Amino acid sequence: MRFLRSSDAIILAILAVAMIFIGLVNPAFWQMSNLFSLLKENVVIGIMALGVLLVMISGGIDVSFTAFAVAGMYLVVRSMVALDYNGLVLPFASAIIIGGLLGLMNAGIIHKFKMIPLIVTLGTASVVRGLVLGLVGTSNVNINKMPEALVNFGKTDLFVLERANGSTYGLTAMIVIYLGLAVALHLVLKHTMIGRSVYAYGADPEAAKRVGFSTGKTMIFVYVTAGALAGFAGLLHSSMIWLANPRDFVGLELDVIAAVVLGGASIFGGRGTVLGTVLGVFILVMIQNSLILMGIDTTWQRVVVGAMLVAAVTVTALRDRRALV
Amino acid sequence: MMMSETKTNATSRPGLRGWLKGEAAQTNVMLAVSCVLVLIAMTALRPSMFLSSYNFESMAFFMPELGILSIAMMIAMLTGGIDLSIVGVANLAGITAGTLFGAMAGDGGSGALGLGPVTLGVSAALIVGLLAGLLNGFLISVLKITPILATLGTGQVFIGMCLVLTGGPAIVGFPPGWNAIGNGKLVGIPVPLVIFVLVCIALSLLLARTSFGLRLKLIGTNPKAAVYAGVKRGQMILYSYMLTGMLAAMAGILLSARTNAAKSDYGASYLLQAVLIAVLGGTNPAGGRGNVLGVALALISLTLLSSGFQMMRVSNHLIDFVWGAFLIGVIALNSWRRRKGA
Repeated sequence: MRFLRSSDAIILAILAVAMIFIGLVNPAFWQMSNLFSLLKENVVIGIMALGVLLVMISGGIDVSFTAFAVAGMYLVVRSMVALDYNGLVLPFASAIIIGGLLGLMNAGIIHKFKMIPLIVTLGTASVVRGLVLGLVGTSNVNINKMPEALVNFGKTDLFVLERANGSTYGLTAMIVIYLGLAVALHLVLKHTMIGRSVYAYGADPEAAKRVGFSTGKTMIFVYVTAGALAGFAGLLHSSMIWLANPRDFVGLELDVIAAVVLGGASIFGGRGTVLGTVLGVFILVMIQNSLILMGIDTTWQRVVVGAMLVAAVTVTALRDRRALV
Repeated sequence: MMMSETKTNATSRPGLRGWLKGEAAQTNVMLAVSCVLVLIAMTALRPSMFLSSYNFESMAFFMPELGILSIAMMIAMLTGGIDLSIVGVANLAGITAGTLFGAMAGDGGSGALGLGPVTLGVSAALIVGLLAGLLNGFLISVLKITPILATLGTGQVFIGMCLVLTGGPAIVGFPPGWNAIGNGKLVGIPVPLVIFVLVCIALSLLLARTSFGLRLKLIGTNPKAAVYAGVKRGQMILYSYMLTGMLAAMAGILLSARTNAAKSDYGASYLLQAVLIAVLGGTNPAGGRGNVLGVALALISLTLLSSGFQMMRVSNHLIDFVWGAFLIGVIALNSWRRRKGA
């Protein structure tokens, strides 16, 4: 009963209506191959969105995570190529550490200088992208150079189905990683002290301090986790598309933020759930990918995403206003 | 610091206005000094190239569009907001004018279009800016959406509309009259610079000498006091975003007039730079503080700096790094000064 009245339920209802509508316009939407490819598209954006959710619950906003994802991905892949290293655990661990350290930089600046997270992350994003492109390089690492272990890992499918014409398609195993991370973040947010401190800090920093939460610790947890998730997502992305492009993810931050807001998180902090974010990401990816199925020209994509973001923030703003009265 | 004190004394007046001037004057003196330092350093490193009149002239042509965007950002920050849609508005304004010229010229080409159509194009671009600002202001003041998210969303919509209007590639072939706005000279001075100086003068008068400007700053410094003082908060915020939109459109006119083209992703890096210049120029992103002179000085020092880097063949990416590092450095410095002051 409680679930039915939550905003997650409303988002789920919107998702269901949208799916039925798209299916009516073009029944091809319901083909298994289309649904599988939609789920695959969810993975990288979704993992980044988990980090953004954490930052938004704490009352901040992060536009630097795409730059961190590029740093994690490109530095690791280039080092693997240079050292001729072909493994999995160490590269992913390095990407996570790179992202986490960059997140620590965000946390330090935001906490020490008491500065608006948007402006800080605009700055750090420019710093990190500038350094990666200026010092490390601007050329793609293409499939012929990509470490085999990464490519094979990205190709892993949970199971494979066969089309009528004999070609096959599968559901990527990466979806398990994404959902695993989502469940883990959900548990941390709901059942650990540090998780509750993020909600407390986002709802009212002063009150959180008075009940004894350490503000610095909360900030470090939030931004380091967000950075680590971004670094991991970056490397995972390149292993899934068999390409490491240092100019990747430009402008993706807006899509991810839109998805998180769509999922019911409030930019004022203190509100937001993992389930909502996962649904928000799915709605965004589905609508972006279904424009073609619905016969709408792709030039409209950004108008649609922007309009969705404005609509979602309007609804949450109205909801938050009502909740305050 | 001696200099700043004399300057403060010279212009200080009793009351709120005098206090604001004192604070701003200190920042401005620091900025002026850093302009001179950058100028000396660059001259020492590359004397023949840096001091050439060609270099200064080219700066005078491309600096104004960024300057006007930075002032637009400053206006949005005065009330504690931010406008992330300015680059989208600028491009949409340029593209609207370009589409209009295309429609008016028909098959004859836009070369034949005279002063009338160009005036029409300028008005159309400014109206686009005004409407875009109206939309932002409506979302922020009436629907109470946070400026960050509202303008992030509308920015996407504006860029998307640019894509829909152009279909992707750049619009080219603006009439000669339009071109003159971006590349012409008025008694030897580049037209964009003339426009920029006029905008600066108009806005500093507006902010310092009218009740509109004072009320705008009051909303940022103390929203509650502003309400008690009878300031209509919603209305003021609406007006301020309309002004921001108009300024962004003006920057769009200059951009498309200078390059003789308009495209959905022109000037994408201007957004960060506009934020940086506004903050560097002494604007407080939390609202209440900001002045045109500071923004102009910050613009000049950063333009000198990046033009110097370009001459030393530093890669563009590393210049991005420097801009970002500068922003963080300024944040740190401001925070340190605030703590020392408190």
